[in-house]
Amino acid sequence: MSSPSPEVTLRDAVVLVGGFPLLSGVNLDLAPSSLTVVTGANGAGKTSLLRLLAGLVTLSSGAGVVAGVDLKGDLRELRRRVGWLGHEGSFYDDLSASENLVFAAKALARPTGEVASVLERVGLSSRAATSAKQLSAGQRRRLGLAWLLLRRPALWLLDEPYASLDDDGRTFFDQLIGDVVDSGATVVVSAHDPLRSRTLAPRTITLAGGLVVADRS
Amino acid sequence: MIRTAWLVAVKDLRIEQRSRVLLWQVLPFGVMALVLSGLALGPTHAGHSSAGPGLFYLVMLLVALLMINRSQVIEGSPGTRASVATLGLDPAGVFLGKALALAVELWLTGLVLLGGAVLVLHTALAGTLSALPSVVVTLGALAAAGTLYGALTGGGQGPVTLLPVLSLPAFAPLLIAGERSFSAALHGGALWRWWLISLVALVAYLGIGILLYGVLEES
Repeated sequence: MSSPSPEVTLRDAVVLVGGFPLLSGVNLDLAPSSLTVVTGANGAGKTSLLRLLAGLVTLSSGAGVVAGVDLKGDLRELRRRVGWLGHEGSFYDDLSASENLVFAAKALARPTGEVASVLERVGLSSRAATSAKQLSAGQRRRLGLAWLLLRRPALWLLDEPYASLDDDGRTFFDQLIGDVVDSGATVVVSAHDPLRSRTLAPRTITLAGGLVVADRS
Repeated sequence: MIRTAWLVAVKDLRIEQRSRVLLWQVLPFGVMALVLSGLALGPTHAGHSSAGPGLFYLVMLLVALLMINRSQVIEGSPGTRASVATLGLDPAGVFLGKALALAVELWLTGLVLLGGAVLVLHTALAGTLSALPSVVVTLGALAAAGTLYGALTGGGQGPVTLLPVLSLPAFAPLLIAGERSFSAALHGGALWRWWLISLVALVAYLGIGILLYGVLEES
């Protein structure tokens, strides 16, 4: 019996921005329904790797297939298949938490009735009418997760999701990520803290200078 | 495409309604610019009236540049852009929606400034009212061209000074056609010919936007 084809395959993946290499030849295979943590120092290429997997930057050389889409092909199609949670905040600040999710639901042609249940799941029911800019950093992370729960992508890409979170928030994120992997999705998380990575992930990849320098399963 | 356009237009207008940037910042700026233009021309009513259409469109240009930039800035945060990109919205629909929202904002501002032109620049009320259809079309074309050039100059992430420099050559024919048709409505002349030029420009910019907005977003 053959093993399932990987959700992510990268071969000598190079990403150049303005001639500067953000990724310098990454080789990587990620299995479906797996959890992977990407660690490394600032500037190591963690965010760039996640952005490449999300189709938000183009592959300069090398090859790659993510969620069944060739990275040299239709990146719009790839973006439809992945979920992205950036560390900068991912919403329209002047819209409320609920309005942001209703916008996403309508864009995805999903019933807007799901918004209330998703807000409840991430513990933001009481803040549904609060504008996104008035939410705390931790609440904004939860709203980002709600956005992804609404989308239910096959590949979740979470860039520094633990930044600015307290212990309760981290525990909540861990539980939710575990549930998502159990439901069959693939999750890639970038994190500064290797200790956190060891407690969370069955696989940890360390980047330095845009290259994979350690891969621990 | 139409569904996406409506979704984006409603979202942009709701953000504007919440932030009140148009109401408390852009509109007062436009009114002040119009009043200062009137003061600069002096008290002669006849002089004001002949210069009225040109001054109206000059002020609308300044207001439009602010609003075009604002329209792009609300999408400008890298995180928001990335999240919205993963929604897979049709770029043509996004263009139409943003252009529609911008047009509504320009129409509302234009209505207030037309009233201001009657009061401050003493343009004839009947002539000003008969210029309304051409003003609506010209400002619609300005919104379509502005949305296109807003994306071209970096979508809220590029330098804000780039937008006026690059867009003025595209806006100039629209402003001339708008001014000529407004003048014709006030003083008589070939109103419909200039109105038609604005209409053709509106259709052309909408067509170009539908075709190219996705490419501009990607770049």
